[in-house]
Amino acid sequence: MDIETVANPKIIIKDLNFYYGNFRALKDINLSIAEKMVTAFIGPSGCGKSTLLRTFNRMYQLYPQQKATGEIMLDGENILDPKQDLNMLRAKIGMVFQKPTPFPMSIYDNIAFGVKLYENLSKHDMEARVEWALRKAALWGEVKDKLKQSGTGLSGGQQQRLCIARAIAVKPQILLLDEPTSALDPISTAHIEKLIDELKEDFTIVIVTHNMQQAARISDYTAYMYLGDLIELGETSSVFTNPKRKETEDYITGRFG
Amino acid sequence: MLNLYTRRRILNAVGLSVSVLAMLFGLFWLCWILITLLDHGLPALTLIVFEQMTPPPGSAGGLLNAIAGSAMMTLVGTLIGTPIGILAGTYLAEFGQRGWMAPVTRFINDVLLSAPSIVIGLFVYEVYVVRVKHFSGWAGALALSILVIPIVIRTTENMLRLVPSTLREAAAALGAPQWKVINFVTLRAARAGIITGVLLAVARISGETAPLLFTSLNNQFWSSNMDQPMANLPVVIFQFAMSPYADWQNLAWAGALLITVSVLTLNIMARVLFRQSATTH
Repeated sequence: MDIETVANPKIIIKDLNFYYGNFRALKDINLSIAEKMVTAFIGPSGCGKSTLLRTFNRMYQLYPQQKATGEIMLDGENILDPKQDLNMLRAKIGMVFQKPTPFPMSIYDNIAFGVKLYENLSKHDMEARVEWALRKAALWGEVKDKLKQSGTGLSGGQQQRLCIARAIAVKPQILLLDEPTSALDPISTAHIEKLIDELKEDFTIVIVTHNMQQAARISDYTAYMYLGDLIELGETSSVFTNPKRKETEDYITGRFG
Repeated sequence: MLNLYTRRRILNAVGLSVSVLAMLFGLFWLCWILITLLDHGLPALTLIVFEQMTPPPGSAGGLLNAIAGSAMMTLVGTLIGTPIGILAGTYLAEFGQRGWMAPVTRFINDVLLSAPSIVIGLFVYEVYVVRVKHFSGWAGALALSILVIPIVIRTTENMLRLVPSTLREAAAALGAPQWKVINFVTLRAARAGIITGVLLAVARISGETAPLLFTSLNNQFWSSNMDQPMANLPVVIFQFAMSPYADWQNLAWAGALLITVSVLTLNIMARVLFRQSATTH
């Protein structure tokens, strides 16, 4: 492993292992995620990059066969500690998925749903929060006249920005993006990439992507993973121009994967 | 030797013709039944049918008490069966991942789903009618609700399983507790499908005769007392159609037409509803 130390880490992962039943999908992962930066996980399909992302908010707990061991420290607390309040943890860590997942309710309620879980806002404050989140996600202009319409009626790119707005409306500290643009057209992708660049002022962002150019364009740090191992982590510019490991170089130059 | 394209075209034509013939064969009987029903039922379906009670042989009368009784028992049966069915179906779909409870429940439900309805009637007769010592509308509604439950369980579970797991994950990722995920997201996403299931269950029980024969029996007079024997369309049709009196037989035709039309309407409603939900998702 070639792991660069990260200045100002927000998340520190120590000896993380992950199992799907008996299959070991992550092997002794050690890495840090820098605060208010974009960290990208790249690697071929099945390398464990999404699995790693899903340990940060313990998403795997929905499924009985999956378990993680090791430590993921966030603000000095171990996320994997069973005593951690899962819901409060998830309030701090928002997530956006590969396929847009608008809830079957109005655009307004899609945003308000998450906020209501933690805060008891007046109608006026809630309206302000919904507008704030939609503006942050660069969607306000397109939907401000149809907040009462169903979120499922939007286009794919708009739905994905709605999901980003929904995640940031809760005011998390960290935003997990699991291949957020792989189901979108190039124009929507450009929208979202621009958005990620703006959002990193307020949030620590971790993004899983299949698209190496995307990782090169938007991330500050890049982690290359292969078959459950973290091969290399470094500043994006150096990983892409001067990789320390042969495997990384083979992958980013397209020799395999 | 014919070339490949021609052979495929011939095979296609043969396959298509066989399928169309099979469809026509099936439709033929259905149309025959419907035409016979309309032929005999429409002339008998006068306003009197909706205004008067079931008559003694030889005098004029209608089906008002039977229509009202059927409506009441179907309504009560649905009101009892639907919540139980939806709750159990939700359990199977959302909590049934671990343990032995869910597979066992699912198996028993499948048995119940295909149980002959006369068995359900006899069961309610044995556990309820025998104890209270008289037939009643409650007993009939109870028997119908036992028919509703497995249908609603099955459709609720199936519809919830159609909700993509990413939607559950998205709600859970916001930190929503499981009951909120289910109530506000998954059940809402499956709502149209679940309502469709309930409508189909109503359609199913509105024509059932066997479970009512042993439970609500029949009543020649108007009665809205659910604790008394209650008239209902299927049993009246059974009794009147078997009788030697022409006016009773005509009323049986009218009743049969009424049931068929309402079942058809419910089925069409269910289809329209389900199609609407399919296009909005």
